[in-house]
Amino acid sequence: MSVASAKNPATAVGLKTRPGALAEAGRPTMRPPAAAHLSDEQVAELGRELDAIRDGILAKRGSSDSTYIRRMIKIQRGLEVSGRAALLVSRNKGAWVTGTALLSVAKILENMELGHNILHGQWDWMRDPDIHSTTWEWDFVTPSRSWQHTHNDLHHRWTNVVGKDRDVGYNLLRMDPDQEWKPFNLGNPLYNALLAPVFEWGIAIYDLEIPEYKEGLKSKEAMVKDLKALGRKAAKQFAKDYAATPALAMLTGSGKQALYGTLVANAVRNVWAHAVIFCGHFPEGTDTFTEEMVEGETRGDWYVRQMIGSANISGPRFMHLMTGNLSHQIEHHLFPDLPSNRYSEIAPKVREICDRYGLKYTTGPLLKQVGSAWAKVFKLALPPQG
Amino acid sequence: MFNFRPLARIASVLTTPLAPEDVLALFNPVYSSRQLRGVVTRVVQETAQSVTIFFRPGRGWHAHLAGQWARIGVELNGVRHWRSYSLSAPAGQDPAITVTDVGSVSGVLVRETKVGDILFLAPPQGDFVLPEHPRSLLMLTAGSGITPVMSMIRTLVPGRPDADVVLIHSSRGEDDSIFREELFELADQFPNFRLVQWQTGGRGRLSLATPADLESICPDWQDRAAYACGPESFLDDAEALWNQAAQAASAGSLTIERFHAELKGRDGGEGGLVTFETSDREVMADGGVPLLDVGEDAGILMPSGCRMGICHSCLTPLLSGSVRDLRTGEVRGEPGELIQTCVSAAAGPVNLKL
Repeated sequence: MSVASAKNPATAVGLKTRPGALAEAGRPTMRPPAAAHLSDEQVAELGRELDAIRDGILAKRGSSDSTYIRRMIKIQRGLEVSGRAALLVSRNKGAWVTGTALLSVAKILENMELGHNILHGQWDWMRDPDIHSTTWEWDFVTPSRSWQHTHNDLHHRWTNVVGKDRDVGYNLLRMDPDQEWKPFNLGNPLYNALLAPVFEWGIAIYDLEIPEYKEGLKSKEAMVKDLKALGRKAAKQFAKDYAATPALAMLTGSGKQALYGTLVANAVRNVWAHAVIFCGHFPEGTDTFTEEMVEGETRGDWYVRQMIGSANISGPRFMHLMTGNLSHQIEHHLFPDLPSNRYSEIAPKVREICDRYGLKYTTGPLLKQVGSAWAKVFKLALPPQG
Repeated sequence: MFNFRPLARIASVLTTPLAPEDVLALFNPVYSSRQLRGVVTRVVQETAQSVTIFFRPGRGWHAHLAGQWARIGVELNGVRHWRSYSLSAPAGQDPAITVTDVGSVSGVLVRETKVGDILFLAPPQGDFVLPEHPRSLLMLTAGSGITPVMSMIRTLVPGRPDADVVLIHSSRGEDDSIFREELFELADQFPNFRLVQWQTGGRGRLSLATPADLESICPDWQDRAAYACGPESFLDDAEALWNQAAQAASAGSLTIERFHAELKGRDGGEGGLVTFETSDREVMADGGVPLLDVGEDAGILMPSGCRMGICHSCLTPLLSGSVRDLRTGEVRGEPGELIQTCVSAAAGPVNLKL
């Protein structure tokens, strides 16, 4: 049971939020230092204020939102078809550049604004089986279902709790001072640089939960099942981009160019997705948490953790779109299943709440946040000082 | 028809993870890999409250039998709602539904449908169909209950000189009598069809409490295969009358089409926590709300059909817990039992395999 979905107040009369998922009142064993100045009552009040923001959007959610996502799907498919079509004649240099660019943008939109958000269930309320978290499959190596488990369930539930949220370093990087240093971590920057262009494969391997398997927390049957699903998905993805598209392009003598085109488009998407995702929880200013900070966590405390554990990216509208609105990481972590087109609307209110309660609201332009995340990668490659 | 399958399989190598249909939908909106759709080709206003909507269905539809209904998905403020509507077009012709504005979904269909709109569809179904062998027929309809019977009359009367059909149709007045002119024309033109328009505004309701009204209009009513469609009380009376006659061993068959289930058990229960296991979602449900509505409101893709407990399209395995049948108030629940979510409500905690 994911906390994120358990928290959804149902929309219809006669339905209530699941009781008891998180307490309304009380306090965790230890409140995070950045929120230590808040009283239990203040945290509870903060929770109610954020609930009210959510209810406000639920009340407004309707045909303008459904029109938005359908238009976005159309645009994305249009870009994908035209990009691939251009690559079929990419012996022509102009066609190669156009095709590769269009396909890169199409893949980025597909993964971020469509895939990530649809798989979060942000559009389930439409009851459209074509745009639903249980039916969507994305243009990414890892199968949707595997990713939903590690991302929606584990990462969003345990956001930044060291030892629980394996997104803190993806089992590969040392991304928190509380993670024990080993000589292996000296390679932190190198691993990260190598990871970026093949990010989708990194995520695919990560989603297999190999450490859990080794620790006996994941059964052999589950492992075999996941491996098979990944194998099937990877084969299809590979065949599309690196066999079928170039093969078709060979008809115009553009086979090699088309192959380079799809390789570059996937790499561009990987580097971009990697950059955006590293801006979510690693820049300076984001906090990590210990397990005792989530013990007895109330609804308000859960919200607090999401806010001080996440970082936004500031920038123009087009940038927000290309990040799948993950540039509104704070709002996304508060309300993972609200439609992404609504995050920009609630951002000022969330920021105002943070200011009023004396909590950090971390944000900055893309380059600064990417730089900040990379700085952490370098810094934590080294053993703790003193 | 040309078989697209092998071609589609080859094309899907290029479109994965999408199906080729999903890409073709860019050019023609009836294409979908998952969801049968139709495009509206004509909208005809029948009365102030009702329209007939003609549509061209995509691949996956099958021709309807006269009297059948289809589920139509309509979007209200971005949310898909499904309702069942009788097909009024004769068998063998392009499908059309006739919709009367009686609720939020039908209201939107009646007021807002335009040519070119997309309707979400499920293929036709239903047992309210003509007998296999020729028989003399008696049709009893009231209000919008004429819709499925109109399909039967249109199918049978012009094409079968040997048919023998009596239609007794009740409506309030002339203005809200759907298909009024066409029915008169058919009755004029074809001697095998007799039309009795019963206007309740003028002469009160057709009484089915006793056989008297029927005896006077159609003395051989007991020899005919009868079909009835209309409001609940009308159908209940018809059913009682035919049952009575059956005890005297003199009645023919009566086939009934209901549009609504009467959910008597609505105030009877306490409800409980409903867990949708596959979707990993939990919701508190009221004891009077069908589990189908509970799931839909929680964004679960619920299988659904008639929404009145007759078609069994919504059958869902109950993993644990008890449910209350909203029609009878009866509470039951065996693990693994298939329940009809459209007429079942939670009676305590319920786990569903959805």
